[in-house]
Amino acid sequence: MSFWNAISITPTSALTAFVCFLIFTTALYFTREPAHGIILLLSRAMHRAMRLAANAILRAEDRLHARNRQVLLAAGREAEERLIEREFERIDSTVRRDLAQCSVLERRLSEEIIKLEEDHSRSTEVPPAPPGWLDAVKAVAKIPSNGDPVVADILGDIGESLGKAQDRAIAEYKAATKERHQQLSAMLPQWRNVQKLTTDLNKNVITLLDRSKVIDRHVENYEHILQKSDRALRMLEASALTNFFIATLVMVIAVGGALINFHLIARPMAEMVGNSSALGTFRISDVAALVIIMVEVSMGLFLMESLRITRLFPVIGALPDKLRVRMIYFTFTILFILASAEAGLAFMREILMQDELATNALLRGQAAVLLSAEFQWITTAAQMGLSFILPFALIFVAIPLEMFVQSARTVLGYFASALLKVVAVFLRVFGNVCTYMGGVMVTFYDLLVFGPLWLEGRLTKDRPDAHEIKANRVYSNEVVS
Amino acid sequence: MRQLLAIAVLLATGLTGCGEPNSQSRGIYMLMDTSGTYSEELQKARLIINVILTRLDTGDSFAVARIDTGSFSEKDIIAKATFDERPSLANRQKRVFQEALDNFVATVKPASYTDITGGVLQAAEYLNEKNSGRKVVLIFSDLAEDLKDGYIRDIPLELDGFDVVALNVTKLGSDNIDPRDYMRRLEAWRERVEASGGRWRVINDLDRLDTGFLG
Repeated sequence: MSFWNAISITPTSALTAFVCFLIFTTALYFTREPAHGIILLLSRAMHRAMRLAANAILRAEDRLHARNRQVLLAAGREAEERLIEREFERIDSTVRRDLAQCSVLERRLSEEIIKLEEDHSRSTEVPPAPPGWLDAVKAVAKIPSNGDPVVADILGDIGESLGKAQDRAIAEYKAATKERHQQLSAMLPQWRNVQKLTTDLNKNVITLLDRSKVIDRHVENYEHILQKSDRALRMLEASALTNFFIATLVMVIAVGGALINFHLIARPMAEMVGNSSALGTFRISDVAALVIIMVEVSMGLFLMESLRITRLFPVIGALPDKLRVRMIYFTFTILFILASAEAGLAFMREILMQDELATNALLRGQAAVLLSAEFQWITTAAQMGLSFILPFALIFVAIPLEMFVQSARTVLGYFASALLKVVAVFLRVFGNVCTYMGGVMVTFYDLLVFGPLWLEGRLTKDRPDAHEIKANRVYSNEVVS
Repeated sequence: MRQLLAIAVLLATGLTGCGEPNSQSRGIYMLMDTSGTYSEELQKARLIINVILTRLDTGDSFAVARIDTGSFSEKDIIAKATFDERPSLANRQKRVFQEALDNFVATVKPASYTDITGGVLQAAEYLNEKNSGRKVVLIFSDLAEDLKDGYIRDIPLELDGFDVVALNVTKLGSDNIDPRDYMRRLEAWRERVEASGGRWRVINDLDRLDTGFLG
């Protein structure tokens, strides 16, 4: 017996359908009020649930935003502290290198000045004046002899002596003047020395002034960060985004380098650890090559930490200097050994490739082709060089890695914050849609019972529709809320 | 340096679980028909074997056996090798393998009968023993079985997980008169292999040999 036969209460199908429709609409009419209530209650419940969820998400977003702000400020503060610290270290080294020699400089200046004073005082000595009795002797020599030969001889001798004395006096005067000029000439390099010393001193002071300006700028930024100003936040946000993208780019490049390194050593590694065993879906030789590269990267990170270039491991940075220096030597030695081993593996790779090519050529009957490989040493040398250099190049991954880790915290935080906002908006929209859907379903319900409602309207023509008033009231309240 | 490598590998092994033999290793067993009607085709077989050798990797197993009067015997294996884990040694094994094949092809004498079923049974036994991840039986024959009186070969084959590839299935003189013989022969082998759980394939164009069946 089919369903239709079971419910057939009249001889014709149309009549049965009509009767069923009547029963159905009548039943709906009598349950109209509670049905409207359930529909509106459900829509209201959905609306409130969505609104509550949206509010909770927005509160979470607020907390996340606050946390992002704190993280950003903390990172910025740390970065500025580091920069200021570095600047002070530079000033310290400048002071130690240059200004520590100030006493020496001063002593040298004093010596130069003393020498100058001595030379100057020597240069001021006046040459000896001709003796005072010369005028008297000159007057005596000019007395007429009056024909007396004895007197004439005496006077002649006096005149001759006088001439000689004058010549000697002139010569002495010239010598003394020459000596003065020589002393003044000797002062010239000393003056130049003094000038150079003062210029050097001036340069050092200017350098210090420049450094102090840089420190002033950093301190100003630091103050902004401490004050949690909007300017500082904007600056740090922009900086974090830039750092994130740059670090990602450099990391991608580094991964490329690591891949090349991997391919250079994976093949010969099979010769050492075998090629048939596997770890999961990876060949053990590939895993071994990967481990070697990872060890190299780790050693690079430790080396950079020990050099205090990065600060990913605070424990290493806090080590005593002696231990830290030992760690530098230790990590560098391991890196050097690994790089050398890689160069050896690269050489072995070339040999293996040649062997495999020769075997395959032999199997294909092309043995003669391989004999003309005269420039093979170039690729071999290139592979060995690359294998040796790449581990050292990978050391510098530590710098972008640190940048990536630090900026990723901020960038991911902002991304999560934006996502939460979008979800909150979606929930609010969905809650409102639920409310309006409640109204739509109420109207649709009334559409199904249009017959009884029409009859009710005809019978209670002069009275307001109680159901409609109630439904409208509930619906209006819902929309307003 | 080896110690350092060993430590690094042990560390990786400890983190990710113990190293296991590679389940991707392949086992290939090739049967070569040396009966009178087919022995002239052996030069082609030699070329195919060389191509297969170039495709095989460390850890793979390869054996070549002849089909003669009674092929269910280890004595019919001409050359066999499981290639060493080290690529350099594997290359040396390939050269030795090729030399053995060349010697065989140069000195082979035609067999009186053709026991293909015995060869397939021997191949299954060999490959099961090797426990390879992929097992392939290559039959280089016209597939016309000709058993000596007294040899019982009407027995089920156990080829579950095997790929059976018929290579260079040449037509006999009688096939030209009635091609249905050739088709019946191929169909009979296909049914037999598939009924035993294996996958059947025929490759006759050896000039463009697709070695995809090696996996």
